[in-house]
Amino acid sequence: MMEPEMETLKKTCLYDSHIALGAQMSPFGGYMMPIQYSDIVQEHNAVRMHCGMFDVSHMGEIFISGPDAGAFVNHIFTNDVAKLRPGQAQYGMMLYPEGGVVDDLLVYMMPQPETWLLVVNAANIAKDDGWIRSAASGWNVTVDNRSEEYGQIALQGPESEKIAVRALGMELSDLVFYTFKEVRFADGAVIASRSGYTGEDGFEFYSSPDIIRKIWDALLAAGVTPCGLGCRDTLRFEVGLPLYGHELGPDISPIEAGLGIFVKCDKPEFIGRDAVMALKASGPLRKLVGIELEDKAIPRSGYPVEADGRQIGEVTTGYSSISTGKSVCMAFVETPFAAAGTQLGIRIRKKVFPGKVCGKRFYDKKYRK
Amino acid sequence: MSKIVEGLLYSGSHEWVMVEGETAVIGITDFAQKSMGNIVYVDMPDEDDEVTKDEEFGAVESVKAASDLYSPVSGTVAARNEALEDEPGLLNSDPYANWIIKVKMSDPSETASLMDAAGYGEFLDKQA
Repeated sequence: MMEPEMETLKKTCLYDSHIALGAQMSPFGGYMMPIQYSDIVQEHNAVRMHCGMFDVSHMGEIFISGPDAGAFVNHIFTNDVAKLRPGQAQYGMMLYPEGGVVDDLLVYMMPQPETWLLVVNAANIAKDDGWIRSAASGWNVTVDNRSEEYGQIALQGPESEKIAVRALGMELSDLVFYTFKEVRFADGAVIASRSGYTGEDGFEFYSSPDIIRKIWDALLAAGVTPCGLGCRDTLRFEVGLPLYGHELGPDISPIEAGLGIFVKCDKPEFIGRDAVMALKASGPLRKLVGIELEDKAIPRSGYPVEADGRQIGEVTTGYSSISTGKSVCMAFVETPFAAAGTQLGIRIRKKVFPGKVCGKRFYDKKYRK
Repeated sequence: MSKIVEGLLYSGSHEWVMVEGETAVIGITDFAQKSMGNIVYVDMPDEDDEVTKDEEFGAVESVKAASDLYSPVSGTVAARNEALEDEPGLLNSDPYANWIIKVKMSDPSETASLMDAAGYGEFLDKQA
């Protein structure tokens, strides 16, 4: 696929800082984003051992408000927001009626009455906005895509809480995972959320571009390692978190991807529910699994998975795990080959390398529950 | 600046060749290892495998990407550098001291199409 022309790529509010830091920049989700600053392994380990920060301002922020807002969000979302209180967040998906995934997202129940914040993938902002608007027909809600007004920084790693106090003066110890509160920084309002995409404890800060730049500079001054999207991917992969376009997509059901716990079929209704119920009843033909190779050859996205002398699946993401050194991947395989311990092979260039099915978590999450 | 060693021959796909009689010792250049970053795996052919000039014979992999290796000569693999299996990072620390494979050449005249150190230096300048 051709990358979009440079001219059409957007810059986040932290672009100038990335250039000043000498980051290697690359297109991602319609933005020019930092892939790495110094070294992907160092950045990865900084997050696992200490603390690192990511510019994730490319992510989209869509607000839903109005008298029907809560019911409408539950209509388009697979998780159950009726269980939320203000200050709490949930992960889930929006589905097509046929059961494929429009996007995976975080939903925040805002303290303001009848107001919900949906945080969506950068590459899907326009699609999601259109999808939500068309679904909103007949509902008494306002859909407000404010992605351009918000920057976002993810501060991730075991030292995040300590750094937030020291560098930002933010006392966030009262937050548990998937909760948030509004705080002030440099006279601006900031949403501070205990959440992330690395498997480590950490926070995500949402605010105006001006305040986001000030937070970034304060964290830099405190010695926090700036981390690129390169290690964001190795970190999320190691703890089995899905990436839209790899483990999720319009032709993939969350049931196939093993994300059924985020799909609440006990809700009476949501878009895609019938398709999910039908697939649960018939059983999915393929499943997302982890595979560990015996050799050190690295399975990468798109490589064929083989067994019985034929292709039975495809790799979605794979790496030589930075934290464990093992050659591992996530892959969709035909259901009869999905049981743990099943022997199969991955075709890497000219050879087929033997491996076996294992869990999708190659490293344990360390969330603060 | 990337290091270039006098006395070696170079391919446009950034492999170096040291000719020892009918044997070609093959590795990757400093430019190649720098553009790859941290090398975490080297995919090498087995001994006695055939390799063909300008065709893929293996790959060097960093965390993010796999980069194919192209053989600068044709022939049979006489040896593979087993040390790279445990320590692929040797290609980063000293790419010219750590060869990847040795090839018994079937047609030593093929090396005439490779660049010398000065030619490869100009080649890199043009790429910059």
